[in-house]
Amino acid sequence: MQVDWTGAIISVLRDWRVRQVAYVPDAGHSELIRRCDEVDDMRLVPLTTEEEGIAVLAGAWLGGQRGVLLMQSSGVGNCINMLSLARVCRFPLLMLVTMRGQWGEFNPWQVPMGQLTPKVLEAAGNLVFSVDEPGQMGQTMEAAARMTFEGPAQAAVLIGQSVIGAKSFGK
Amino acid sequence: MNGTLDRNRAADYPLRRREVVAAMLAERGDMLVVAGLGAPVWDCTAVADHPLNFPLWGAMGGAAAMGLGLAMAQPDRRVLVITGDGEMLMGLGALTTIGAQKLDNLAIVVCDNERYGETGMQLTHTAGGLDLPAMALAAGFASAASISSDNEFKAALPAIRSAQGPAFWSIKIRAETLAIGAMPPKDGVTLKDRFRSALLGAA
Repeated sequence: MQVDWTGAIISVLRDWRVRQVAYVPDAGHSELIRRCDEVDDMRLVPLTTEEEGIAVLAGAWLGGQRGVLLMQSSGVGNCINMLSLARVCRFPLLMLVTMRGQWGEFNPWQVPMGQLTPKVLEAAGNLVFSVDEPGQMGQTMEAAARMTFEGPAQAAVLIGQSVIGAKSFGK
Repeated sequence: MNGTLDRNRAADYPLRRREVVAAMLAERGDMLVVAGLGAPVWDCTAVADHPLNFPLWGAMGGAAAMGLGLAMAQPDRRVLVITGDGEMLMGLGALTTIGAQKLDNLAIVVCDNERYGETGMQLTHTAGGLDLPAMALAAGFASAASISSDNEFKAALPAIRSAQGPAFWSIKIRAETLAIGAMPPKDGVTLKDRFRSALLGAA
């Protein structure tokens, strides 16, 4: 049975009244982005670089709105300094990270940041959750969202390659 | 140095940063202000340590993006980002991210002294031929202009306060090191909570 793990994510985002969806897209997020675009009270915010999204969502929170940041593991590397904004001010920051360089990766250039992602996020003081099986998505998202918005805290949900399928570009 | 940057011209610019910022913040009405790190923070705080200013002590490159998030969350309030040229350059892509959104309540003002003011007054790229307002227009801003004289500044003030956004101004100001004077709180939680409390009436 195919688990609609994207649906599970959207359900949690809606329950937690997430309004701004900031992202640099990844293939693993494309269905989520497409479905968020169909939701009237969610606003897609495409970014030029992932760290922009941390600042956007900080501004959103000052204005009373919740958001989520979607990115690929490579984008985590772009975020490191800006993450201190969320940490020092204790802005709630929910990050959904589709993993590369982790399991069956075909592109060696993805491996350094893929391997660094959980370590660097933890070192920077973020809560790190991992989903490696589609059936776990809903409860992990709920757990992460609760800690993020009721903390507040900064949390990342790492969506493993075993969930999204290792990209192959036909190779 | 073999670059195209002019190390002398900004020392003679007529507009002075403290007066420019004071004029923008006089009669601020219900404007929400984000100040980029460094001198823009000192300039804003010299006017007042206002709870609806969010003064950045870090997050270089994030001021305009932060203004965007705030403006999208509060479409009925004017959001003014006051920042420096170095800080704006570090987040230049944010101009295109702003241009990709439909919103009319965001104004970005760069106090451009063509210097990195906190680290020894090194030249930024605006000390050459770089035209930031042209980049803002190319990114999709509704309006953008460069200001270098007192007449131009006075004429632009009403627009800075109320013209349909997203709007961008680069104000060429004299490159000078001023005494800091008043500082806002450094504690980010305090800054966040008092801003939200003043704006939303809630914790």
